[in-house]
Amino acid sequence: MELKELYQEIILDHGKNPRNKGKCTGYNHDAKAHNPLCGDKIHVYLKINKDNNIADISFEGEGCAISLASASILTDTIKGKDLNLTKKVTEDFLNMIKKKSKITLNSLTEDQITTITSLSGVQQFPMRIKCATMAWHTLISAIDNKN
Amino acid sequence: MDIKNIKSEFPIFKNKINGKQLVYLDSANSSQKPKVVIDRIANFYETEYSNVGRSVHSLAVKATNRFEETRDKVKNYFNANFREEIIFTKGATESINLVASCYGDKYIERGDEIIVTELEHHSNYVPWHFVRKKKGAVIKFAEVNQKGEIEIDQIRKLINNKTKMIAITHLSNVTGAILPIKKIVELAESKNIPVLVDGTQGAPHLNVDMQDLGCDFYAISCHKMYGPNGLGILYAKKKLLDTLPPYQGGGGMIDEVKKDNITFAETPTKFEAGTMQTAEVVSFLEALNFIEKLGIKNILNHENEILEYSLEKLKKNNSVNIIGSPKNRGSVICFTIKGIHPHDIATILDDDGVAIRAGHHCCQILHDKLGIPATARISFGVYNDKEDIDILCNAIDNCKKIFQT
Repeated sequence: MELKELYQEIILDHGKNPRNKGKCTGYNHDAKAHNPLCGDKIHVYLKINKDNNIADISFEGEGCAISLASASILTDTIKGKDLNLTKKVTEDFLNMIKKKSKITLNSLTEDQITTITSLSGVQQFPMRIKCATMAWHTLISAIDNKN
Repeated sequence: MDIKNIKSEFPIFKNKINGKQLVYLDSANSSQKPKVVIDRIANFYETEYSNVGRSVHSLAVKATNRFEETRDKVKNYFNANFREEIIFTKGATESINLVASCYGDKYIERGDEIIVTELEHHSNYVPWHFVRKKKGAVIKFAEVNQKGEIEIDQIRKLINNKTKMIAITHLSNVTGAILPIKKIVELAESKNIPVLVDGTQGAPHLNVDMQDLGCDFYAISCHKMYGPNGLGILYAKKKLLDTLPPYQGGGGMIDEVKKDNITFAETPTKFEAGTMQTAEVVSFLEALNFIEKLGIKNILNHENEILEYSLEKLKKNNSVNIIGSPKNRGSVICFTIKGIHPHDIATILDDDGVAIRAGHHCCQILHDKLGIPATARISFGVYNDKEDIDILCNAIDNCKKIFQT
């Protein structure tokens, strides 16, 4: 197991200074989740416009560096994307964590792919996989949960 | 105490963890097992195994005798009055559920009150919640003080003529506070209220004498006492136990079964339905022998020495915040590190071979009160030494390096 692969600089940065934290104004979708084993919590807020684009996204929550970084990276990547692409990115992300596949979506920039891929180190830490995936599952619940 | 020698009696320490020597600081979660216990399980299956209390063949007689010998050993170890006061369960959780269910059914009515404390593990709150739901009872929480202790006055002020049960921990698995059980029992006895003690953390570390403590119920977790997994004990005063209905129904716990009526066995058999954990019970005798050979008071002294050493070293580290400062403390320390979540601490420590626990330790009520979602916890067993603590402190420095705090 490589600790350095888990705690990369990019993850530590997002963990310490999470982007898009708080409640975005005018959100019309949201969902909450928590991990009963460790007490980590997350609440994802989405503003989805009539063209099915995620106009704004934010989250509130508490948790470890991995869960905060994952939520932060998610919001950064998804902001402005349409729902179909959002679902594809989520699917790719979950496959990367669980099936060790690569993220290949050409609608993402190289930078975005590098950032998301930085979370793949969690594959080697089975007890921490939920830390990385909780935000993404909550994103899908939020898309389905219109206020 | 010759700890190097004692450590060598635990085969687990021969293994490398991530290429490092194992520093096991998670005994409050579960203790490691000495070779005598592991060997006894194998040996019992190889030479004496059969189901107990049923058949008449030689193996059944042997197995039953070994099983009941352990009951006698447990009775003597904890200084119970009668062997019938010792019930085998699948863990301290089941022991408490048994009392909540059986005592609750018989004695708790709508509006009756149960006192627990804010320190309780979920296993000494959730079973009482079931009684609250089923019977319309009320649960009151004795407040924890700044030091992480429960003062007896906090319990005294909750007692009234509706109080039907006081259920308290012996030793907190978060703050390490050792509760003044004898004083609480004295107070409860004067009002005729039974006391259940969750001894999950108390029994492995303290000298537990039922005549001295005087409580009505005491729940024990064998896997935290160097014993096998999947086994617990309920000590209960016979006078009270005899009045309770059975817990689960099944084979072994009956007297006579007819189509229109069933009568039940006497205690403790009445509370031991179905096939019991035979090898686990039999091997627990060896765990008690192991503790007796070292002496529980010597174990306690040794663990206190490690506790003091750990507190001293951790306090020197400015970024470490220790949770609670109880005057009377058992071998548990919960802490946080500024800027690093406990789960990250646990993962990074593991890379250095250091096994700790992170989370709310099944004490959400207490963590909510403290206003922190999770803590990191170290806890000790007889096999820990000062070198373990030195390795821990270096590993903590490594956390800070990685997180650049």
